[in-house]
Parts: sequence; structure tokens; C-alpha cells
Amino acid sequence: MATLVSARKKSAARNGRPAPELIFGDLWEYDPAPETADPKLKPRYELFINGKFVAPKSGKYFDTINPATERKLAEIALAGTADVDAACRAAQRAYDNVWGQLSGRERAKYLFRIARLLQDRAREFAVAETMDGGKPIKEARDFDVPMAAAHFFYHAGWADKLEYVAPGRRVAPLGVVAQVIPWNFPLLMCAWKLAPALAMGNCVVLKPAETTSITALKLAEIIQDAGLPPGVVNFVTGAGATGAALTAHPIPAKVAFTGSTEVGKIIMRSLAGTDKKMTMELGGKAANIVFDDAPLDQAVEGIINGIFFNQGHVCCAGARLLVHEPVAAKVIAKLKQRIKVLRVGDPLDKNTDVGAINSKEQLAKITKLVASGVKEGAEIYQSPCQLPAKGWYFRPTIFSNVTMSHRIAREEIFGPVLSILTFRTVDEAIEKANNTAYGLSAGVWTDKGSRILKMSTELKAGVVWANSYNKFDPTSPFGGYKESGFGREGGRQGLLDYCKLV
Amino acid sequence: MVRNLMNAGQSVSLRRLFDEVGQVDCVGIEERVAKYTTRSIKKASKLWGLRTAVSMVDLTTLEGKDTPGKVASLCAKALHPSEDPAVPQVAAVCVYPAMVKHARRALGTDATVRIASVATAFPSGQAPLRTRLAEVRAAVADGADEIDMVINRGAFLAGEFGRVQDEIAAVRTACGGATLKVILEVSELETYDNIRAASFLAMRVIRPGDFIKTSTGKTTLNATLGNNQVMLEAIRDFYLETGTAISMKPAGGIRTAKQALQFLIAVKETLGDAWLNNTRYRFGASSLLNDLLRQIEKERTGAYQAPYYFSEAAESY
Repeated sequence: MATLVSARKKSAARNGRPAPELIFGDLWEYDPAPETADPKLKPRYELFINGKFVAPKSGKYFDTINPATERKLAEIALAGTADVDAACRAAQRAYDNVWGQLSGRERAKYLFRIARLLQDRAREFAVAETMDGGKPIKEARDFDVPMAAAHFFYHAGWADKLEYVAPGRRVAPLGVVAQVIPWNFPLLMCAWKLAPALAMGNCVVLKPAETTSITALKLAEIIQDAGLPPGVVNFVTGAGATGAALTAHPIPAKVAFTGSTEVGKIIMRSLAGTDKKMTMELGGKAANIVFDDAPLDQAVEGIINGIFFNQGHVCCAGARLLVHEPVAAKVIAKLKQRIKVLRVGDPLDKNTDVGAINSKEQLAKITKLVASGVKEGAEIYQSPCQLPAKGWYFRPTIFSNVTMSHRIAREEIFGPVLSILTFRTVDEAIEKANNTAYGLSAGVWTDKGSRILKMSTELKAGVVWANSYNKFDPTSPFGGYKESGFGREGGRQGLLDYCKLV
Repeated sequence: MVRNLMNAGQSVSLRRLFDEVGQVDCVGIEERVAKYTTRSIKKASKLWGLRTAVSMVDLTTLEGKDTPGKVASLCAKALHPSEDPAVPQVAAVCVYPAMVKHARRALGTDATVRIASVATAFPSGQAPLRTRLAEVRAAVADGADEIDMVINRGAFLAGEFGRVQDEIAAVRTACGGATLKVILEVSELETYDNIRAASFLAMRVIRPGDFIKTSTGKTTLNATLGNNQVMLEAIRDFYLETGTAISMKPAGGIRTAKQALQFLIAVKETLGDAWLNNTRYRFGASSLLNDLLRQIEKERTGAYQAPYYFSEAAESY
């Protein structure tokens, strides 16, 4: 058999010549391709209580800003204690008189209707979500809105089959639940919270994040159109004080919170000693673990998706890359190349891959943590892309030579910043991955199936993705270990958190 | 016993080749290429892409019923695709070896449109090596500028990688000054892992400027964004490793301008600007050309023209 001509012979011939490089220049620039659908924004959004849009009792409003332009989009009502009280009472009335009496089959009809109405207005919602939050339109259009509809569809299917949620036991709704959601996936988190609660027969008072209230209030329009009985779903908008008033209100039997670990702890402290049920979906600092036998180009794609999806404003973002030492240099070189072709800019442009940072405060936090990474001696690489002159943007950033004692390896940055650490053995990878206060998610990239199974049992993370990252489905439970919270959302397990067993 | 030993040796060499060149995750790569299809190419950038695609077409006719007349009309179309002076000529015409001399007569000796010919017992490659080499020499002697060969898929699947490479090397030598395009016939290799491995086998024995090509167009599955991406990434890795720039030609199944733009987006975002020209990237196609012309005309006038406004297209592939 003839000998194979191998790569080594040829690379030897390169001596003396400059290293070959790829040119990602402007030979063929994509023209702007803005999404032009009308988001149908109102200049002012009121509270949604008892099926009606009502002004806040205080008469106070706050501005919501488009992070891509720093311009005001609309005014949002600021709910005070009295408004929260009215919302909770409306929810209790709706539960006692209507919703609690309805059969699951009837509740399912409303959920199906909401899902379909949301699909009908998908483009409008996608544009509104992008303008209010800064995420690229392609993500809002291809992920947030369809996934939100999928959650309503999925839970609509459950509503008349609740006897199978806990086989051998009967389940009953909790009553009124208070829900507080974050700004990274405003509409999707709304759907994650509302759909299982309503399917199970609960009534809801929900507070969106103060920087992203618009799509929740647009969803209120859909809820009206769907004919949902008044009071079954109520939205109170505002900042921390509104949230505190809601979670501390005596009516809700349960508080479901998604947001930062810091605020989660505050809520838990404030509820200590009460009989309220809680579920918390908090921060993360996930490890994305790449072994030397992984399909490297697809791993790089997964790393990019893991950390730059939604500008890294993802609680389960793969913020720590743990890469096997033999392939570390190769993976880092591939990452740098891949980052060069990421398009950062106007979130409404259909070709934008990375959009705007949600708020000025978040941008300041990211900037500060990145500065700490540089100061502590990690090696920084940033995309050479042009950033728009106006708006809050941050360059896709990777840090190599990071160790577990760096702040950027321990604290949640919640931005487009990747910290790269290396490991030598499987055990070291597991140890490093688990060496964190968080435990929301992890990724494993390897060609070896048995290793995936071993890792998935030993990683203390609520979700372990194998040879993929950031995959979501309404049927799959999502939630954390340790300070990433407790309780699950999605699937049968998610429904269990909205019922009591009787 | 001897047979078992042979098999063991072959599977070791397959494993070694995969380990050496790396593997491809099917789900991951298809997710990657799906993103190319969501790119929105408008106005000036669309026009640039369409014109560039025209300049990259290897206008092809590969039919049993090809005649000197058919080839002459194909050549006329290649030289003058459109009345619009801004539309370039295509890169080449692609014909069977017996038609090369007719193509040469139709194009003349100083045409910039090149003549490519599918030699080596295309499409199966199932002829003795010396027959295949003789075919290559004959095509080059008749005036072919480029030779599209098929690899020995049987040898590849049997694990005889050395034989695959030796045959490619022999064809390369037989080409003399002609450019070589190595057809992997991806649908017969079946897996992305195999496509990547075969790409490397070929790239290690061909010359800078030679091509690797997806398929013959004669099987069920031809060029897709997925196998195009696997081969682009192989070219990229090989270039960064050795400095040798190999060119790429997807062939078969690319019928619309929209598809062609998606393939070009893949080139732009994987290999960069240096591959966005017809010495580094080609489309093996026939009906694609008229769709490109139709879209160019639509950009110019704002309206779609009826198909009969465009001169004949070859139907095959």
C-alpha cells in the first residue's frame, strides 16, 4: 500500500514565508436590511388590572428607552402598593369566581387562542421586542416569539391532562401566584411563567422588568382579544419597589422569580417565615467543556452561540470555556476568526448577529468586569468591528489565560464576554466546571458518548447540553442547582411547581 | 485470516485519518449553514453577488445526446450571457471529452472563457487507470484548460487511501498545465466525516489553484450548503496549515440565484474575500445562469421578465 501524503510534509515547506491569513474585508458588504414591520407602539402604556388598562393611582410614569438609539420609546405606568393590591385582589376574585371553577378543557381553549393570536402578530411582537430590549431582530423573530407561542401551545395541551402530572396523586392549583421576570427575554419569560400557571388553574399577577415592559403589555392586548376572564392575568409595571410590594403581598400563594441571584436572595429573605411557595431561576456561570476529540468547528459555533446569543444576556450563557489543553491553541485561533465575521450593530437589521446592550447600567457593569479581567492579567481579544456611534454596544470579547481565581471566571458578567480556561483530564474538567456558586447549565463537546453520560451525571447543572448549546424546548425542564435557584420551568416538572398535591 | 488482517489495517488507517483531519458534527454544521439562509442581501450588494456568481459559472452540458451544435450554442451563451454590458462572461464551459474540440472551435483560441472537461470515466470512474489517464491527456490535447476528474470512491470506502491519492496524483501529472478539479462525489461518500477526510486526501496532492468539487450532478444528492461548508472549512484549515490555497466548486442542484447567493455568503464568511472570485470559486450549473440573469434584470428594471426573454439554457444538472 502506498504511503499517504500527509500534511506535515507540506507545512515544513512553509519555512520563511509569512503565516497565511484569511481576509474578512469589505469586498462584498451587505447593504442595510432593516426589518420594517410596524411594532404598533403606543406612546403610553397603562397597568393591566382586572382585564382593563388602568392608570396608576399615583399618576406616575417612567420612560422606556431603545438601547440601540438611546431614544425614548414609550411611557410606562409606575405601579405603587395600591395598584399591586388592586391587581392581587382582582386575581383572587377571578380565581374564586371564574378560573378556579373552569375545567381544564376550557382553560386550554384560552391558551390555544393566546398562542395563535401571538403567532398572528409575530412580526409586530418581534420588532417591539427588538426595539425595547436591543436583541437582534433575527433572534426575536426566530427564537423569542415562536418559542413563546410554543410554550402556550404546549401548556394548552396539558390543561386537560393534569391527572397525569403526578400519577397516583391529584393536583390542585395554588390560587394566585406572583411572578417577576427579567429583561433578557421579556416576552419569552412572560410565556414561561404564564402558560404553566394558567394551565394548572392559577391566576397571575406578573411584573415585567422595568427596562422591558412593552411586549408584556402588548401580550395584555392579546389576552384581552382572547377573551380571558378579567383578573386571571394582571400586569403591574415598575422597578424593584413594585416587585417588593408584589412578592410581599399577602394574597399570592407563590412567588416565581427569574433574575439575578442578588435579588433572588433579597426576595427569599423577605419571604422567610411565610408559607408562600417559591421558585427561583437565578444567575449562572456555565462551563462549556470542549475535549480534544470534539468536532472543533461545530464546537466553536456552539461556543459562539453559547456566549454571544442575545449579547450574552442569558442566565445559562456558556460564559466559561473549558478547553482541553491539546486543542486550546487551535480552538482559540478558530474563535478569533469566527468573531471577525460576527456582525455587531443595529438590532433591527436582519443581518445583525449581536445587538445592543440592554441598559446603560448593564453596559457599565460589563465594562467594569472586563477591566478587572485585564487588570488581573488575562489576555483580552476583542472583535475589530465598527460599533454604531449612538446606543449601548459592547464588542464581542474573549479572555484567554484565565484561571479560576480571576473575577471574570467567578462572577456573572451577563454580557458578550467569554473567559477561557484549560484543563488536562476529565476529572479536572468536572472539578473546574463545578467550582462555582452557580449551577444552571453546562455544555460538553466530545465524540465519545460514554464521556457525555459520565459528565452529565457529575456536572452539578440543571441542564447539560451535549455537542450543542442553548437548545430550548417547552417539554424540557429548565432550572438550577446551588445559587442558580430551585424549581423547574417547562415540561411535567415545571407544572408540578404550580400545583399542590392533594 | 489474511483478509481479516487487511480489514483491521484499513480501519486503523480510517481512524487515523479522521483523528488527523478532525471530524464534523452533522447537526452542528447544518445549524451553521441554516444561518446563511437568513442573511438578507439587498440592492447593490445583491447586484454584486449576482454578477460575481455569473462570472463563476461553469456552464455545463453533460448529456449522451450532446452534439457539436449543442456545444456551439452553449459556448455562444457563455461568451454573451446577456445584452447588459455590466454582466460578465461565465468562467468556463464544461463538456465531455469528445466535445472539447468542438468547444474549442466555437470559442476560438484566445477566449477568456475556459474549457473544462469531465475526464476519467466520468461519472463512475470505473475504468482502468491507464484508460482514465489517456482520456485526460486526450482532452488536454484537444484544448481543455481544466479537467474535472472523479475520485475512486470504491477505493476510498474500502480504506485504500493511498490508492485514492496516487490516482489523483497521476491525473494531476497527466493534466500538465491544465487546472485540475477533483470531484469527491459527496453523495457516495455519504457522511460529512468522509467528505472532510476525502477533501484532505485530495488537497494534499493537488496544486495551488486546483479545485475540489462536490459532485458529478449524476447522483441523487449534489451540492448542498452543508457539504459545501464542510469542504470550505477543509480548504480553510488546509490553507492556514500549509499556505496552499485550494479552490472550490459546488456542482449540481444549484438552480436559483437565491441559492447561489447563499453559497457565496458561506464563502465570504468562511474563507473571506480572497475566495470571492472565479479563480477560487465556481458553480457547476446550467439552469442557474438564466435565473441569475433574470434577477439582475429585475434589479435593473424592477420587474421580472418572462423566461423567453433570455436565450436558451442548457437543461441538464
